[in-house]
Amino acid sequence: MTEVVHPLPIVVVLVSLLAGLAIAALGERRQRLRTVLNLTAAVLKLGLVLWIALLVMDGVVPVFRFPLVPGFDLLLRADSLSILFASLSAVLWLVTTVYAIAYMEHYDNRARFFGFFSICVTATMGIAMAGNLLTFFVFYELLTLATWPLVVHTGSRAALRAGRTYLRFTLGGSALFLVGLIWLYALAGTQDFIAGGSLGLLELDAHASLRAIFVLIAIGMGVKAALVPLHAWLPTAMVAPAPVSALLHAVAVVKAGAFGLVRLVADVFGGGLTAELGLGLALAIAASFTIVYGSVLALGQSDLKRRLAYSTVSQVSYIALGIAIGGPIATVGGMVHLVHQGVMKITMFFCAGTFATLLGVTRIDELDGLARRLPWSAAAFSVAALGMIGLPPMAGFVSKWYLGAGAVAVGQTWVVAVLVASTLLNAAYFLPLVSRMWLRPAPDRWPGGSQPSAWVTAGMVVPALVTAGLTIAFGVLAGSTLSPLDWAIAIAREYVP
Amino acid sequence: MTTEALTLLVFAPLAGALVMVVAPRRAAAPIAVLSLLTLPPALVPLTRAVRAGELVQLPLAGFAAPLGIVWRVDALAVTMLLLSVAVVLLVSLHALASFPPERESGQRFWPLWLILVSSLHALFLSADLFNLYVTLELVTLAGVALIAVRGEPAAMRAAMRYLLLGLMASLFYLLATALLYGQTGTLDLYLVGERLEAGGLTAIAVALMATGLLLKAAIVPLHVWLPAAHGKAPGPVSAVLSALVVKAALYILIRLWFWGGGGQAGEHAALLLGVLGALAILYASAAAIAQRRLKMLVAYSTLAQLGYVMLLFPLASAGAYRAVVFHVVAHGIAKAAMFLAAANLLRALGSERLQRLAGAGSRHGLDVLAFALAGVSIMGLPPSGGFVAKWLLLAAAWQERGWAWVVVISVGSLLAAVYVFRVVSLAFAQPLREPERAASAGEEQGRAQLTSVAALLLAALAIVLGLASAPLIALIDQGLPPGMLR
Repeated sequence: MTEVVHPLPIVVVLVSLLAGLAIAALGERRQRLRTVLNLTAAVLKLGLVLWIALLVMDGVVPVFRFPLVPGFDLLLRADSLSILFASLSAVLWLVTTVYAIAYMEHYDNRARFFGFFSICVTATMGIAMAGNLLTFFVFYELLTLATWPLVVHTGSRAALRAGRTYLRFTLGGSALFLVGLIWLYALAGTQDFIAGGSLGLLELDAHASLRAIFVLIAIGMGVKAALVPLHAWLPTAMVAPAPVSALLHAVAVVKAGAFGLVRLVADVFGGGLTAELGLGLALAIAASFTIVYGSVLALGQSDLKRRLAYSTVSQVSYIALGIAIGGPIATVGGMVHLVHQGVMKITMFFCAGTFATLLGVTRIDELDGLARRLPWSAAAFSVAALGMIGLPPMAGFVSKWYLGAGAVAVGQTWVVAVLVASTLLNAAYFLPLVSRMWLRPAPDRWPGGSQPSAWVTAGMVVPALVTAGLTIAFGVLAGSTLSPLDWAIAIAREYVP
Repeated sequence: MTTEALTLLVFAPLAGALVMVVAPRRAAAPIAVLSLLTLPPALVPLTRAVRAGELVQLPLAGFAAPLGIVWRVDALAVTMLLLSVAVVLLVSLHALASFPPERESGQRFWPLWLILVSSLHALFLSADLFNLYVTLELVTLAGVALIAVRGEPAAMRAAMRYLLLGLMASLFYLLATALLYGQTGTLDLYLVGERLEAGGLTAIAVALMATGLLLKAAIVPLHVWLPAAHGKAPGPVSAVLSALVVKAALYILIRLWFWGGGGQAGEHAALLLGVLGALAILYASAAAIAQRRLKMLVAYSTLAQLGYVMLLFPLASAGAYRAVVFHVVAHGIAKAAMFLAAANLLRALGSERLQRLAGAGSRHGLDVLAFALAGVSIMGLPPSGGFVAKWLLLAAAWQERGWAWVVVISVGSLLAAVYVFRVVSLAFAQPLREPERAASAGEEQGRAQLTSVAALLLAALAIVLGLASAPLIALIDQGLPPGMLR
């Protein structure tokens, strides 16, 4: 791996920023131009990410930096872990844009919506490319600021309340994050992300301080990753429009927190130091608790989107779990789940939004016989649900397999029990939905909904089919080159030689 | 070159004000624009000279200190002048629309405005205690007149209160100046700094002077005049009062403390100033959260943000100096943007009640955007000038092991988030009723847009400051007080 100064990392961040600003400036009425701009930017971004991925595969790490504050650079650096997150973000942004254009057809203030939507993707790109903790923090905060307007988009009382809760958690968490960052800076100076951890190389003696720093920063990450007990904002944020929920759960906010935990453990502290300080086990326990507790709460929800939200609380912690256990195999499991959870969960949110828009179905007991009216959406939903449970050959199975095998390999067999419990709970809260949709008779009348044009309906159904297809492909083709699994294994080789 | 530049900074606006009074009405706009546009070119040679390590001095009328008046420019003065010129120019853009120079309101406003600019610049250039006194008085008087320029009763009352308390502050300051002169036999600030010795009389003099300046800077608990004065003043005036005028008093206090021997008053005095700052941050932020009127909220936010400056006294390190001066610049720009945006919203909605903001986000998008961007900087979130300032200040507090300050800074920025988002949330809320159509003529529309553009430009500058902080920090570092080592 050789680092090369290259404008690509900043260009890929700027593309969606400029698109966002242009979209907001265009105004409400220029709908066609807005759509063109949206899609062009999304495709362009995907192309740029592919370009970077090709560079990285050739062993070149493009780097861009300029001084932000004394002693700290704004450092954008595309290593292979960046690519994993950036490509997820670029692919899902494209499908979500298509979905959102259809879904938001009858909403107000769409220029504002798509403007912030693009800035939100800018932030995730920055998070993916961030080469040190301060850069990460900058984009992490930008993400908070860009998602808040999306959460409160409708301006209803409930939306504003959800927005307040969201800010209370995220800004509170980031205040602690910042203190941790200052502390780390005072202790160890400037730190760029290094595979295997930069702190481990310093051989610092201040174990108590390091533990405190880790906890402070992990709280900052954990809020967005919805680690229990920092998860309460996520279910309330469900009042947001469906594409926002999809984005929040699959690639933007929740995933950014999980990705941050990966960076913190793997690139700042390093697996060795994390284990030595006893932090790996602590994080693994927190993640395991979240996995089980989130699933239990999901079981009790009667609202479809809320059940999905609690399922996210549970599922995202697989990533933290994998990275916390350490060892090559579990690390692969955690990293690959970053992608797998994204495609599966976004499918389910797309479908939930479709159900609500077309049929007015928002509650679980209203799902009966839905497959007869919307067979394609129901099929996509079912594929994702089965994947979440971990049924082979879906993507979720690959994640769980690597997590379990990795835990056994490093002697943490108790993790297997957590995985089994979680799988049973997953089945308990997802299978009834699937059986209701396919096996129960349809009601005479649906709760409501509208009859949009065929184009709009297609714009909502096709993205879900695409991501459902990815769910199957990532599982079936897991062994082929360039699958997420293959990429994750390549990354893990850098970290755990 | 630098001599001419110094003269221009003070005399161009002054000459503009004088000519405007006697010139015909239609000449007012060109005169104002011309006298303001001389300012940026005048700053270029000054900045260059200071960056090259020069200390620019100008004995007025050729009399050297300690007898004559000397103007003196170091990096700190240049920093303040840069802030002042940037804010004044962009706020003037707003004023060109909100106080059209050829109208009656503009005829009253512009001469006062230019005098305020001139006296502010003279203040930043002054190097002796008496000259600082005179310029500070001029700044206050011009400020008072500007608050009351529209003649509204509430604004008149606020201006009167400001005037009376300002005069009291001046008395304190003057008394202290006499005491210091008696002790050191000079009024030159830097000579006073060299000759002053610790002792009872020194402590009294410093205490008196600090009290006067804190009153002028509206540091809690001597703040009672500020919310009304800044809240009732017209938009451009509030912007400059919050961005520059209160900072001028703090500038003198910092000069006195770190250059003029005020630090002799001891660590306890410094700690007291810091505690007052912490109190200001916490109390005024909470008060801002409780406000029901938009401009009052912004005014209380100013009180809170001034508190951060006070943390320089107990921390007293190079890092803290860098952080605080950067904060002064960042806050000046962001707060000017915020006041302009608030004034625009208030004008468009016809009411300053916060509740009326519901739904303003879609109808007055530009102003809400300007407010929100300025708010990002005020909250200290990245990427913005406010974030860089907060980062530097936290790092400095951490280095001095000032854990209490770290907590106060963190809590302060969270409280700021509460009041900023209170406003922004309302702007996103569903409107209470159908929006009434603004019945405005084309010209009014154009003017309204200019005012929004001015607010947005300032807000954008506040953000850019966070991405391009390096040159400013380098400049600030060059002006470290004597005895403070990097």
